[in-house]
Amino acid sequence: MSLLRVSDLRASYGPAQVLHGASLAVAEGEVVALLGRNGMGKTTSIRAICRMMPSHGALTFDGHDLHRLPSHRAARLGLGLVPEGRRCFAPLTVAENLRAAARRGAWDLARVERLFPRLAERREQRAGTLSGGEQQMLAIGRALMTNPRLLILDEATEGLAPLVRAEIWAAIEALRVETGMAILIVDKSLAELRRIADRAVILSRGRDVWQGPIAGLDDTLAGRYLGV
Amino acid sequence: MAERWINAGLLAGLGLVALWAWAAGAPFTVTLATKVAILALAAAGLNLALGIGGLVSLGHAVFFGIGGYAMGVLASHAQAYDPIFTRPFVFEGTKSMPFIWLAAIAVGALAAWVIGRISLRTSGVYFIMITLAFGQMFYYLAISWPAYGGEDGLSIYVRNGFPGLDTLDPIQFFGICFAILLIVLWCMARIAASPFGLALNAARQAPTRVMASGIDPDRLRLWAFVVSGAVTGLAGALYADLNRFVSPTMFSWQVSGELIVLIILGGVGRLCGPVAGAALFVVLEQWLGGLSEYWQVFLGLLLLAVVLAGRGGIVGLLARVPSRG
Repeated sequence: MSLLRVSDLRASYGPAQVLHGASLAVAEGEVVALLGRNGMGKTTSIRAICRMMPSHGALTFDGHDLHRLPSHRAARLGLGLVPEGRRCFAPLTVAENLRAAARRGAWDLARVERLFPRLAERREQRAGTLSGGEQQMLAIGRALMTNPRLLILDEATEGLAPLVRAEIWAAIEALRVETGMAILIVDKSLAELRRIADRAVILSRGRDVWQGPIAGLDDTLAGRYLGV
Repeated sequence: MAERWINAGLLAGLGLVALWAWAAGAPFTVTLATKVAILALAAAGLNLALGIGGLVSLGHAVFFGIGGYAMGVLASHAQAYDPIFTRPFVFEGTKSMPFIWLAAIAVGALAAWVIGRISLRTSGVYFIMITLAFGQMFYYLAISWPAYGGEDGLSIYVRNGFPGLDTLDPIQFFGICFAILLIVLWCMARIAASPFGLALNAARQAPTRVMASGIDPDRLRLWAFVVSGAVTGLAGALYADLNRFVSPTMFSWQVSGELIVLIILGGVGRLCGPVAGAALFVVLEQWLGGLSEYWQVFLGLLLLAVVLAGRGGIVGLLARVPSRG
């Protein structure tokens, strides 16, 4: 049974409709890659799923209709979002950023610091003074501190140095292997996604145009819809 | 210099000034130190809502006044041996400070809850205006309430009592106010470092990101406002006891403005910003007030300098560490 089920999702920014009926599903323990060129509706889909913008269509998480819930109640059901652009709370320290989001469960400060040892070294440093990669680790750590059932990563490796990207991908893989956490991931690193994801959903012009096991995403599809 | 040492220095300085004045036989200076402690307490309450929560309340005089009137009503009935009401049960007044404080905290918190539920539906300039409107409503209510003195206010002839202490002795009353200030500041430090305080701070910066973490920012702000109102209410009761007088001016918007000025002078969101601000305010009021009746012009210039040159206020200037706000 799907943990997250999105069907015929439609959303607009004012008069500009961005999503025209996107559908996707994520099962327990599954890693799903949400793919598409820029401006095809990936981030908008995530914002709609997390109830950060109004939308129409069917949107359920663990059987709950998300459209009935404000975003904080949706998050409490187990949606853990790592937003695009990291967006840490700059004046707070690393430890404070993590403790501010903490909810009871298996993930606590010590476990996040084991996943990202760099954060342990920077525990008392203000988030605004961290490097981009460290801020990204903190953003993932903050989402994990909410003890989510589905982790949603929006461009988690964008604009980072190769070594840091490798660290982030290693952490995501560790999450998948060690915890079996369901993950919905938006990223442009197709090679890494092929290694980590179970399935892929391709969005084009606000609609899902292809879904299936990521192994089935061949060069023709990638060329047509992803421009690679 | 580390902020904790500045805080320790400010608090120790306030205590030592009062002790020195007492030893030197200068009770008026002890009373001034008491006023600093009480104003710092009131501003510490507002600092939780304004400094950490980002709620610019121009109506905190409501809670200050409500605390003052809680004291005034309870004590005036007690001194007249006249129950406040007799049905459905007899409710007497009291001259006991601990009971008066509990009443001030309770009515301050209740008023903050009601006002917060309504005001927090708005934000920014509308929040400022709606809190100001509540302040003015209470001000005119107090003026038109003849049973408790109306415009003339209400005098309490003898300061209320505290078990085992002579509250008419200035240094003992200072000790009470100072101890309460220390306890409240300790609580505020704990709140600021708690998940609640951190989330409140985060909600001021980016409410949508806080919501994405499963936290309702409106709920955080309401609780911060309630705690803030309770602390400012307690300060109001102590201020009324200091003066043995309560009047509608405690509700005036100038009082709300002064509390904000104290926080800005001392350092917005800084634990001991209200202490530094209140001390500077009282010193300027006494010193410049003796030189000119227009002393607030100089206060305005100082405020301008602080806002333009160093937003961290006095504590920020000394600590040389950016504010968390």
